Amino acid sequence: MAELSPATVLEQLKKNGATHVVWLPDSETNFLYVLMSEEPSLDLVPVSREGHAFSTAAGLAAGGKKPVILIQNTGMMESGDSLRGWGLGMNVPVVMMVGYRGWTRHGVINDTAAFYTERFLHAFNINYYLVESDEDADRISIAFAEAQREKRPVAVLVGDEYHGFNVSR
Amino acid sequence: MMKTAEMLEIFKRHRGDAVVIPGRGGRFWVELSDQPDRDLPLGDPAMGGHASFALGLALAMPDQRVVLFDSEGDVLMGMGALPTIAEKAPANLYHFMLDNGVYATTGGQPVPNAEQMEYEVVAQGCGYPATYAIDNLEDFASQIEEILGQPGPVFVALKIDPEIINEPINARPQWQRKTRNQAVADMQAELGIQPPA
Repeated sequence: MAELSPATVLEQLKKNGATHVVWLPDSETNFLYVLMSEEPSLDLVPVSREGHAFSTAAGLAAGGKKPVILIQNTGMMESGDSLRGWGLGMNVPVVMMVGYRGWTRHGVINDTAAFYTERFLHAFNINYYLVESDEDADRISIAFAEAQREKRPVAVLVGDEYHGFNVSR
Repeated sequence: MMKTAEMLEIFKRHRGDAVVIPGRGGRFWVELSDQPDRDLPLGDPAMGGHASFALGLALAMPDQRVVLFDSEGDVLMGMGALPTIAEKAPANLYHFMLDNGVYATTGGQPVPNAEQMEYEVVAQGCGYPATYAIDNLEDFASQIEEILGQPGPVFVALKIDPEIINEPINARPQWQRKTRNQAVADMQAELGIQPPA
């Protein structure tokens, strides 16, 4: 199966008019970081705790910008109250791209981060789309359209998290 | 120590056309403000997030001054926002922090290490180019013009009196005059901001 290339993700962000990437990287997102930092249309806002991503995105959206959140599933779960109050409570139309640590394509799950990821999203009534390869990339655009239409966060689970962003350009 | 309302009364004279996020001072500010469409009295969407919300707002509209009245409980919970603010360095962000030493809305229990914390030192260490610590109205009145007259981000720790609320949440007076979303919509209309399509 083809991998998800960072260039494809970046193209989706640009195509959908993202202005800011609010993010907390993990070790596998380095090449996406390089591409994003070289992209003049994107302003990177690094946070040190994923919960800050939702309040930062709420402020950006209130000011008329179009942020996207890029975090890992572990941090998403740590962010529950911020997602509730700032993301959902303020109707922020934001796409949250979530690295799906431990994703096994419905195989045996040995990582509790993966075990709870979709359960967490169900609990918060957040709709989500799974993106595993370049062929799935249009789902990112679907998520952007849905977030805008519904005025609420929509998740994109990046099921290629362990290696996809680390492929060479 | 200052009364929050008295401090805000002085601030109001120097506000100009700044967008104000009154944070935990909201219940006092809504009584004072004469530009409610430039106010974002959000209450408490989720504790610890006001600073990063203000950062996002300041980055989104660099031509508008953004003034936040944060609290020490929020800063303690969301202290990691300070280095992000310092790194992004929005010149239009003025970050005031109300420090009463307690969780006033839960009955007045002390915040961790309340007597020892030097928040302006923390902010300075995180990289804020200008920080202040003010504990009386006279100094606030004499320094507010300088504070707001320089480029941000500026951090100002303000020692205020605990004005403790001890009623059950559902029994407390509702000071907010509009919903959060209405406050945002009114500000956007006032400033001509179009939400992105």
